[in-house]
Amino acid sequence: MMDVKRRYVIPGDVIATGPLRPEQNVYQDGDRMISTCVGISEIFENSVKVIPLTGGYMPKTNDLVIGKVIGTSPLSWEFDINSCFVGFLPAQDVFGRDYSPTKDELKQRLDIGDLVATRIANFDRSRDPLLTVQDRDLGKIESGELVTISPSKVPRLIGKRGSMIQTIEMATKAIITIGQNGWIVISCEDSEGLLKAVEAVKMIDALAHTPNLTERVKSMLGVSDGENNDTIND
Amino acid sequence: MTEDGIRCDGRRLDELRNISIKVGVLKNADGSAYIEFGKNKILAGVFGPRDVHPKHMANPDSGILRCRYHMSPFSVTERKNPAPSRREIEISKVIKEALQPAVILKDYPRTVIDVFIEVLQADGGSRCAALDAAAVALADAGIPMRDLVSACAAGKVADRIVLDVNNEEDQEGQADMPVALMPNMGKITLLQLDGMLKPEEFKTCMQTALVGCKRVYEVQRKALMEKYFQNGEQ
Repeated sequence: MMDVKRRYVIPGDVIATGPLRPEQNVYQDGDRMISTCVGISEIFENSVKVIPLTGGYMPKTNDLVIGKVIGTSPLSWEFDINSCFVGFLPAQDVFGRDYSPTKDELKQRLDIGDLVATRIANFDRSRDPLLTVQDRDLGKIESGELVTISPSKVPRLIGKRGSMIQTIEMATKAIITIGQNGWIVISCEDSEGLLKAVEAVKMIDALAHTPNLTERVKSMLGVSDGENNDTIND
Repeated sequence: MTEDGIRCDGRRLDELRNISIKVGVLKNADGSAYIEFGKNKILAGVFGPRDVHPKHMANPDSGILRCRYHMSPFSVTERKNPAPSRREIEISKVIKEALQPAVILKDYPRTVIDVFIEVLQADGGSRCAALDAAAVALADAGIPMRDLVSACAAGKVADRIVLDVNNEEDQEGQADMPVALMPNMGKITLLQLDGMLKPEEFKTCMQTALVGCKRVYEVQRKALMEKYFQNGEQ
């Protein structure tokens, strides 16, 4: 495993000095690397980053997000994607190239209030993020329970190579769709499994920064250690 | 003030009032803080980044910061008219300008970050206390910041330079000088002076205020650490 130094930081804390590359949530002032948010700093061989513990969702190209339809225009849908920007899904993405506003009705496919799993096709800050549903597993979500967690804790919920989410899915037989924006849809045929999965996700949200989280989640779900016991560090 | 430098409320010349800060006290705000600075009791709430209304205020290159300092009608002995007074408008402006250098607004073009400050009880030096709470609330909201902002006043009372002027000293004293500092960068973001000081007095007054700011910073830091890491220093 790579040697990584971790520390708790708040904005303004100097994480390191020297010729390093500032990555997410790090600001460079001369040769000082300064944290810009409350979080856990990580110093790698030649770069520094801070894992935030708070803050909203900033769209990134290729992120899978769960959005809620908040409006339509003649050529597109507008989505609330739990961010300061509104997501746009062009009508052609759903209807195909021969879409015509006079003949097709947008609301027949997706109506206001619908939840949709989408991927961010393009985003560059000067314009609102462009969404797409042209992929496997994307599209309207018909059933399930929506749980919102802090977007900064999504990586923890997924775990290293998806281990945390696999643990929950295996223990509860639930199907969990995770949006990078912190919106999570859990569906399960068994209502007890559903409740357990929701509880596990909420627990990860509350205790994301504590060590040995995998063990705690496992004991909460009543899973014995054995088949999947690699601990998660980030 | 007595001859051996004990002030009207029993403090020494270079002693701050008791400060306590609580982070994340408002559920509906994205970030919040409550500060008790001596007898000052102030709430700060941060919303955003979010869409700008009215739209013409939006800046396509960077986010904007808006600030509202407001005193409750019951915050002073005689009822204060809740309409924004000349003084409140001025303080809103200086607080905004004191926070602006610390906040990295470039990351959020076309959005606004709103800071609302409500003074519940006032006792001199409320603009400094409000600024301290606002900086912590911004950090709690996860807004990227180059540094925290810590503020503290110094002044001249009975021909002596004192730290952290309270209401009584402000009324009777000869000068009051609020100072805000970005402690890790060593940059001053607010400097006002009400009254008259000789050049050498100004220098000592400044030094005293800066020492006060650094002590305030320790309290701010502790409050954030307590909220996010349960004070478990790594």
